Amino acid sequence: MNFDIIVVGGGHAGIEAACAASKMGLSVGFFSMDKYALGRLSCNPAIGGSAKGHLVKEIDALGGVMGEIADRSGIQFRLLNRSKGPAVWASRSQNDRIIYSQIALEVVERHPNITIIEKGVTGIVTEGDRVSGIVASDGSFSSANAVVLCSGTFLNGLMHTGHTQTSGGRFGEKPAIGVTESLTSLGFIAGRLKTGTPPRLNKNTIDWSQLLEQPGDENPQPFSFRTDKSNFPILPQLSCYITYTDPDVHKILEKGFADSPLFTGLIKGVGPRYCPSIEDKIVRFADKTKHQLFLEPEGLDSDLIYLNGFSSSLPADIQFEAVRKLPGLQNVEMVRPGYAVEYDYFPPHQVDSTLETKRIGGLYFAGQVNGTSGYEEAAAQGLVAGINAALKILGRGEFALKRSDAYIGVLIDDLVTKSTDEPYRMFTSRAEHRLLLRQDNAYTRLAHFGFDFGLISQEENNIFDKHKTLFYRGVSFAGSFRLPPATINPLLLEKGSSPVSSSEPLSKLCKRPDVNLVELLAFVDPNDFPEITGIIQTPDLITQIETHLKYEGYIKRQQEAIDKLGKYEDLKIPLDFDYLGLKALSTEGREKLNSVKPRSVGQASRISGVTPSDISILLVYLKR
Amino acid sequence: MNLLEDTIAAIATPYGVGAISVIRISGPASIAITDTVFAASSQKKLAEAPSHTIHYGNIIDRNGDVLDDVLVSVFKAPHSFTGEESVEISTHGNPLICQNLLSLLTEKGARLAEPGEFTRRAYINGRLDLAQAEAVAAVISARTDASLKGARNQLDGLLSREVAALRDKLVNSASLVELELDFAEEDLEFVDKTGLTALISEIVNSLDNLLKTYRFGKVLREGINVAIVGKPNVGKSSLLNYLVKEYRAIVSEIPGTTRDIIREEVTIDGYLYIFHDTAGIRDSADVIELEGVRRSRSAIADADLILFLSDVTQGIDKSLFDELIALGDSGKIVSVINKVDIHPQHKVTGDVYISAKTGVGIADLFRILREKAVGSSVYTEKNALVSSLRHFNALSEAKNHLLNSLDSVSAHLSGEFQAVDLRRAVNSLSEVIGEVTSDDILNNIFQKFCIGK
Ligand SMILES: Cc1cc2nc3c(=O)[nH]c(=O)nc-3n(C[C@H](O)[C@H](O)[C@H](O)COP(=O)(O)OP(=O)(O)OC[C@H]3O[C@@H](n4cnc5c(N)ncnc54)[C@H](O)[C@@H]3O)c2cc1C
Ligand SMILES: Nc1nc2c(ncn2[C@@H]2O[C@H](COP(=O)(O)OP(=O)(O)OP(=O)(O)O)[C@@H](O)[C@H]2O)c(=O)[nH]1
Ligand SMILES: [Mg+2]
Repeated sequence: MNFDIIVVGGGHAGIEAACAASKMGLSVGFFSMDKYALGRLSCNPAIGGSAKGHLVKEIDALGGVMGEIADRSGIQFRLLNRSKGPAVWASRSQNDRIIYSQIALEVVERHPNITIIEKGVTGIVTEGDRVSGIVASDGSFSSANAVVLCSGTFLNGLMHTGHTQTSGGRFGEKPAIGVTESLTSLGFIAGRLKTGTPPRLNKNTIDWSQLLEQPGDENPQPFSFRTDKSNFPILPQLSCYITYTDPDVHKILEKGFADSPLFTGLIKGVGPRYCPSIEDKIVRFADKTKHQLFLEPEGLDSDLIYLNGFSSSLPADIQFEAVRKLPGLQNVEMVRPGYAVEYDYFPPHQVDSTLETKRIGGLYFAGQVNGTSGYEEAAAQGLVAGINAALKILGRGEFALKRSDAYIGVLIDDLVTKSTDEPYRMFTSRAEHRLLLRQDNAYTRLAHFGFDFGLISQEENNIFDKHKTLFYRGVSFAGSFRLPPATINPLLLEKGSSPVSSSEPLSKLCKRPDVNLVELLAFVDPNDFPEITGIIQTPDLITQIETHLKYEGYIKRQQEAIDKLGKYEDLKIPLDFDYLGLKALSTEGREKLNSVKPRSVGQASRISGVTPSDISILLVYLKR
Repeated sequence: MNLLEDTIAAIATPYGVGAISVIRISGPASIAITDTVFAASSQKKLAEAPSHTIHYGNIIDRNGDVLDDVLVSVFKAPHSFTGEESVEISTHGNPLICQNLLSLLTEKGARLAEPGEFTRRAYINGRLDLAQAEAVAAVISARTDASLKGARNQLDGLLSREVAALRDKLVNSASLVELELDFAEEDLEFVDKTGLTALISEIVNSLDNLLKTYRFGKVLREGINVAIVGKPNVGKSSLLNYLVKEYRAIVSEIPGTTRDIIREEVTIDGYLYIFHDTAGIRDSADVIELEGVRRSRSAIADADLILFLSDVTQGIDKSLFDELIALGDSGKIVSVINKVDIHPQHKVTGDVYISAKTGVGIADLFRILREKAVGSSVYTEKNALVSSLRHFNALSEAKNHLLNSLDSVSAHLSGEFQAVDLRRAVNSLSEVIGEVTSDDILNNIFQKFCIGK
């Protein structure tokens, strides 16, 4: 078979890659072992959360599909961090695991030119330093100009529970064999990572009265701009529940440590520090007497409850004994124990900012295979890889977001420059432009890219353009429209905010923490200012304008700091630069630079192990 | 040819005739090149010599004649100042010998070093951090003992170490803020805000203490500017002459003798003072004298200390004293009563009583000068010292960012606001230890070095 692009693996990365390439007019061979497992939520039945919610919005703004799938399968929606500022507000949903996959399949099938092929891929085929296609498990060859590898946790996947080891990428699914070997024989370096998942419980055996309920938001908001807000939420909504471990539970778990594959050395892969297993938590935070656990529903018709915070690879009987000690779970039935999975990944300094591998032209890596963890991180990469694979075939240049454009830019730049030896997930603190990279302005920041690539329609783009125009109009109105003391002081006094002595523009008044723009706009008679009626009627827009105004001064300060550091972002380094010949570099710096081959001095300066003096040396050489 | 792959040479001692001169060579071929012009009395080649050894022998010129008998020190990479293979040749202190040897070396493949190039190489090879590199410049230009001590202290990385420790502390505080932003869902026991505020205030305090050393650091590096001012004929020029121990400025009984500013450097107790004798201040019809008075006033503005001289027989001119106080910081003014050899009974009240004629009271004057200039702080090598303006600015910036972040807390703004300024503070501190590179910093530093030093 012949395709423009072959996508290997139907996880979150693969889905975005395939859909993007299809929308860009190319034919896609979409290989995944089981089409009913497309987009399966391997672990947590949830999308979004701190920084991850930002990624979903950005994917949506670029024309990706994750937001739509999450909205249509969501059974609880919350906006996290409400008590903090809008830059760190983050959307999160609980999702019905089965419906998520069904909708994922429906969305993929809606795209023309995607052929889903339910076969495992066992090898990547190259011609010289270019990819030419893949070999499937039945020995058949398929050719393509580009191959996007999105194999998730499946490459030589090995699952552990106590001393029991099972080959597989995910519960009940076979591992992918052959791909790693075909790539290492081409000179790629592979590494091993691990991640874990908690036990699943039967919801009918839980005493809910002992648990603390955590409902969704009263006024739930969707991820995607495409979702019809008037008919939202689409599915019935469910609550989560909270419980805690205690020292007795810890004692039981400790009994199993001798048999834990983590501690006996059976697991060689490195796990995520920010998402430790319960046994890790007990060891590393020995003085903590309790740990919070969330009981999350797996779906509307599902009897399964996901015990978030209790990821474990201890022997099943120990897990069971410990779970039964938890408040509300004295009689619980444990349907499936937690397990850890080890898998191969390719340390991501081997890919470029476009996610194309440096070694083999036309071969792209996206998702967990690049050492990340998380659905949203995977989807973001899949989208970027799919777009770039298509752009290259179409001869239309390349797509690399900057750190100041999007979290996606931060994600990929971190991967490429710092590589990673533990599963990488996104945090807002990784983004030095955090105040600028908000959920509320994701469309203003990114939709024009999606439109350029054909992932966003003309109509949709018109809406964004209009929104942008109104936004700027609103900002300038707030800067020029002043309220006199007589008008505004009563409100200020009522709020305990100090009164003003002369008239002040809305933009200044609304910088006060206790004042909001809606209240201020109430003083404006829309009949006098017809140009802003469109704004007053759109609460989202008012929020975005208000956020912009409140953050303005800080964003400026943030920008100054970045400018001070970022002078070298545009100082390019040729890809064939000879680092090995530059003996003056530190040994570590030389090796790191040579393996990463950064595109700019800015990137070089972020590579760990590259010292400031290495950077000075580069500067000296580049300026000669 | 690449900057770091060639071998550079320069005269490392001041130009002129001294007892000896030193020529420094650095780069991969430095030993080989020296071997081509050096005949050791031991008959051995330098290439075989171990690091840190000294060899006696002759420099042979292109005609096979002996140019000079010399001592050659060999330093093997990375155990040299630059971190490269280096050689130092001590010749007899004759400029001609040095020039000839240098041209001999360039004939054999060495290149003349650019200004600051040795230090730049040391920095590039990781032998010095940025603060240390700047300190080298200070050591080289140090003119007094105390200033040398201060420069050495920076060279040894004291400041870098202290700032690095503050930076680590700050990074810790910043991560506490970040933690709360990124892990809202998790049930972490967050440090309470008051603890954090205390931590930041503590860092602000440490920065303040460091900043305070700058005045002293500047004194060490640049010396203390002292203006000698007063009415005509009070003995200003006489005092200057006494201090420099020569008849430098014209002295006469005619008021209005001095017109131009006369500048003289004197080292007293290890500190460098730059004295400025000025025209006596009065109204005058003489255009030239008026210009002199204008210059006096501008010297007052630039001075670190002002010696306000009065004639014991005339008393203190109140209106001039008031003018001085209005012009500048009254802490800078020392009221000196002169000519006490005429009227020893001190009818006039001043800070110190002297005679520029007999030298009475001059020791007291020195004590006061020192107290005013460097405070009572006895400088020890154990304290970190801020002596460069760049460091001073970066540390003050860091402090301002921290104060801003405290403002955000008291305005009850959420963590991401505070984080902006905490990060800026971290960056500012990083600048001091050179963890952030910037063309400007580097260029500025490297331009300040003289070749060969
Ligand atoms: C046990 C477990 C625990 C996890 N825990 C966490 C966690 O705690 N936190 C977190 O953020 N994330 C966790 N995850 C990770 C999260 O599931 C992944 O990050 C995310 O799903 C990665 O998306 P992906 O698109 O890269 O791959 P996946 O979602 O893994 O999808 C890969 C798809 O590709 C198919 N495939 C793979 N190889 C081939 C091949 N050669 N031929 C054909 N098809 C192939 C597979 O069948 C699968 O459908 C966990 C995953 C597992 C399995
Ligand atoms: N007895 C005595 N005479 C002094 C002393 N200091 C200065 N004189 C005399 O005072 C006269 C003026 O001295 P200068 O040093 O020229 O005074 P000046 O302040 O520089 O004067 P102008 O330059 O004109 O402003 C000279 O005749 C000095 O000899 C002193 O300590 N004792
Ligand atoms: Mg005089």
